[in-house]
Amino acid sequence: MLSRNPLIRLLRFLFFAVAVRAVVLVALGLTVRNRARLPKDGPAVLAANHNSNLDALAVMSLMPLRLLPKLRPVAAVDYFFTSKAKGWFVTNIIGIIPVERGSAKKGGNPLLLCEEALDRGEILVLFPEGSRGDPETLGPLKKGIGHLACARPDVPVVPIYMHGLGKALPKGSSLLVPFNCTVNVGEPLYGTDSYNAFLAKFQARITALGDEDKKPAWD
Amino acid sequence: MTMLFGLPEPVVTATVGVWALLIAATSLVFGLRWRRPGHYDELVSRTMSWWWMIGAFTFAILLNQTVAIVFLAFISYLALKEYLSLIPTRRIDRGLLLFAYLAIPIQYYWAAIDWYGMFLVFVPVWLFLFFPALMALRGDTKGFLRAVGTLSWGLMLTVFALSHMAMLLVSGEVHNPVAGGVGLLFFLVVLTQFNDVAQYTWGKLLGRHKVTPDVSPKKTWEGLIGGVLTTVVLAALLGPYLTPMDWHWSALAGAVLGVAGFLGDITLSAVKRDLGVKDTGGLIPGHGGILDRVDSLTYAAPAFFHFFRYFFTP
Repeated sequence: MLSRNPLIRLLRFLFFAVAVRAVVLVALGLTVRNRARLPKDGPAVLAANHNSNLDALAVMSLMPLRLLPKLRPVAAVDYFFTSKAKGWFVTNIIGIIPVERGSAKKGGNPLLLCEEALDRGEILVLFPEGSRGDPETLGPLKKGIGHLACARPDVPVVPIYMHGLGKALPKGSSLLVPFNCTVNVGEPLYGTDSYNAFLAKFQARITALGDEDKKPAWD
Repeated sequence: MTMLFGLPEPVVTATVGVWALLIAATSLVFGLRWRRPGHYDELVSRTMSWWWMIGAFTFAILLNQTVAIVFLAFISYLALKEYLSLIPTRRIDRGLLLFAYLAIPIQYYWAAIDWYGMFLVFVPVWLFLFFPALMALRGDTKGFLRAVGTLSWGLMLTVFALSHMAMLLVSGEVHNPVAGGVGLLFFLVVLTQFNDVAQYTWGKLLGRHKVTPDVSPKKTWEGLIGGVLTTVVLAALLGPYLTPMDWHWSALAGAVLGVAGFLGDITLSAVKRDLGVKDTGGLIPGHGGILDRVDSLTYAAPAFFHFFRYFFTP
């Protein structure tokens, strides 16, 4: 659950309304295709390809600020909770839902918090590839998105393909270089009874979205 | 010269004229849409974007010279960012591209302090030599010539060429007793943008014979000639009011602007063709990217600046 402390809520609002929008609009510049396909309200899952630490902020900036209290990026515990300050920031300001990697093998349901959030009508921002991987390429999908979609089959899963963020701030770099980014929003998908079938459909749709735009070489 | 709101009075009057034209054009477009709903959506979004662009330009020149220079530098920044995002780039050059952005404040600073010599050599001499050497020192030779060539050309076009607008604003101050540097900048920008619209409109109305079928199939001789002639007429009317040029010289300047604008337009079209994109970006609804809007200015700004400097600066 997001903090109800009014001061923290104000800080979170200011962070997204001022800092994130300034970076996304001035330092980057997003070209958004098919904006009308974004959900008007929760519950929903925004599932994007992952190349940069800016990805979550870029996806969140696509949604109106009115929906900010419902916007929750899903992130791995081990990566973001390395220090107390970082943990506080990602929990309260970014508002992430933590997922413990590998907990399924221990018999737990790693997506429990995500399912609860969807039941509260929240909008999850999720990266089905799991990690950022190679810059500007779509890596193999993890099964999590399939399980989540099948557990909540009436929640729309909106595939989003982003290009350019991996050039602006790739893995392993802390130097932001301005690049224009393209964001292509796809038609929503819904879970069925087979998570493998969902994964295949999702993979096909996000790949097709990525192929709609010509991407300059990055070699 | 008489001043009004801190601006030369002719510039204020001409700005009011531009807004009147915009309001008239907007009424016309909405009238068209009202008669045939659904047919003019593209034209409507184009027109609405003009409100933003003319609004930003008016705001920038109205406040003071520093704001105007920062505004023009920001246009260079958006143009360079769009260009670097479109072209193939090497991963190794990522950090170096940050230096390329740094060229913008420096180049506009030379303009702001009216250091003409440094303004002229900074990009075509110093940066031209600096970036290839930096790339060589980093040691990756694969794709070296492509990286050097595309970066140098992009800097020349988006930083050097466009910064002539700022130089005109600053250096024109003492050479234009009629309406100052801002009068010259206004003449350049408004006529170049007007020329774009005029060429487009004449092309839509009468266009039959293509000028460059392989580069920009929508450009026709009818559009080009009609556009340039319209610009010449408007320049002859506006020039004596905003600049020290009489109507003959103003008409000639209008022709220079019209033809240079056309050349800038098709040069950027050739780049887009080569890269396989239709628009350079999605920043301006109905127009495309910022480069789609300032392509004509990349040629018209240096052409008009040096035309004016050669004939009207002692």
